[in-house]
Amino acid sequence: MDAKLSLASKAFPSTAWERGVSLGNIESSLLNIGYLETLSYQQTPLQRLDPRVKLLTTLVFITAVVSFGKYEITGLIPFFIYPVALVAVGNLPPGYLARKILLAAPFAFFIGIFNPLLDRTILVHLGPVGISGGWVSFASIMIRFFLTVSAALILIAGTGLPAVCLALDKLGAPRIFVMQLLFVYRYIFVLTDEALRLVRARALRSFQGRGLGLKVFSFMIGQLLLRTLDRARRIHQAMLSRGFAGRIHLLRPLRLRGPDVAFLLGWSILFALLRWYNIPHLLGSWAGEWIR
Amino acid sequence: MSHHLVEVKDLQYAYPDGTAALQGVSFLLTHGEAVAIIGANGAGKSTLLLHLNGCLLPQAGEVRIGGLPLNKKTLSHVRRTVGMVFQDPDDQLFMPIVYDDVAFGPLNLGLPPTEVDHLVLDSLATVGASHLQDRPPYRLSGGEKRAVAIAAVLAMTPDILVMDEPTSALDPKTRRQLIELLKTFKHTRIIATHDLDLVLDLCSRTIILRDGQVAADGPTLDILQNEELLASSNLEKPLCLQGCPVCRGKSG
Repeated sequence: MDAKLSLASKAFPSTAWERGVSLGNIESSLLNIGYLETLSYQQTPLQRLDPRVKLLTTLVFITAVVSFGKYEITGLIPFFIYPVALVAVGNLPPGYLARKILLAAPFAFFIGIFNPLLDRTILVHLGPVGISGGWVSFASIMIRFFLTVSAALILIAGTGLPAVCLALDKLGAPRIFVMQLLFVYRYIFVLTDEALRLVRARALRSFQGRGLGLKVFSFMIGQLLLRTLDRARRIHQAMLSRGFAGRIHLLRPLRLRGPDVAFLLGWSILFALLRWYNIPHLLGSWAGEWIR
Repeated sequence: MSHHLVEVKDLQYAYPDGTAALQGVSFLLTHGEAVAIIGANGAGKSTLLLHLNGCLLPQAGEVRIGGLPLNKKTLSHVRRTVGMVFQDPDDQLFMPIVYDDVAFGPLNLGLPPTEVDHLVLDSLATVGASHLQDRPPYRLSGGEKRAVAIAAVLAMTPDILVMDEPTSALDPKTRRQLIELLKTFKHTRIIATHDLDLVLDLCSRTIILRDGQVAADGPTLDILQNEELLASSNLEKPLCLQGCPVCRGKSG
């Protein structure tokens, strides 16, 4: 316990970013969640908006993007205006967000990569080269992945997870789900710290690869589970000590203001327009007629 | 004021694995007393503390808080009266933001929002942590976490404060600030610790636990000077009561 707290105070420099840099790979990507949190403390018009409005707008955006047909590409392009505008207004670092998106990219990649093999009908001719439906749908999947994941990340970076949870709660999401999310978010840092200490303790007493095997690893996982159960018990005791009776109350009055309503309505109407009218297509045909 | 009394009568408790942690502990504390509970590792200190606010219920014997016996019916009342500061602040600060954490207890008591807001801001100001109210607990230093954990308990306006190792893992200056803070409290304070200098500074009365029983109960100064008693309980004189090592070397 003593060692742990003193370690905690040393391992907690001013920003999570520094922490991430000073540790190994897996740890740094986990602890970088803290940097996402730091971004939400900024005072820009984006961060000042009501969290419910941002959550709803993100949901409308994602629904609009995923509702397109499977070969759609041109219709999706105008939707890039949403992440671009929010990154600019919210003063969010595009490079950092892009790296986070890349981290999740393999999932979408492997979902889509078999399409070109299965669907070989030629759909588009670019000069002499025929492009099969499979490649078009693969591209469409990747674009949608990029749009939806970036919207979700921007939501967290521009709002902060606790506020998103609060919004979920106020909008009537199941309480137990909101609480789970809050607790995961609170204790993921404690858990990674605990795991990191185990890993360090092993590394310090392992030589020439001895002690680094799978057997020891399984003991460590077991140890981590036991510690986690123990901690869960203590947390529960602490909650009971403060009058917990199955319901967590949050004290955070939310008020909708003019800009909030404008944000939600403005973007929703734009998404609806972009969904029903293929703007690049229209622009193309207008330009064609004008030239003629 | 009888409602601040803490009375423990022949308390016994054995853990499911058979370890007898408490074997007949009895004492009576009166209003406003600051009492230290000291003893070797495994002497039963933490188990005793967990009984004082009903995290554990007595298997035999009795705990009375403010005249009420501790049982399932009085549990919520007892928990409001007795504020418990846990050893590891990470266990206690479970909400995502300091403000929400301090508000957790008062909101569970069903107080109106404006009053909760006052209580939260007041308790944070008392421990000197007002500037931390919007921070997530995992970003705080050890000392800050401890201060917020105490604020979270103060916000429930308890009459009795129970603390498990409040100064463990604090740097000397933070420890000193905490001791000064605890001195200003008017609550009945029960502190389990190995920090015997803190005991000397803060507590007028000391109870020594040994193997789940009370080995001694009396004025702190008497107990902490009884070397024989201390040695038999795996303790030693507080450093400030021991001879100065530099002077001792010179005279010898």
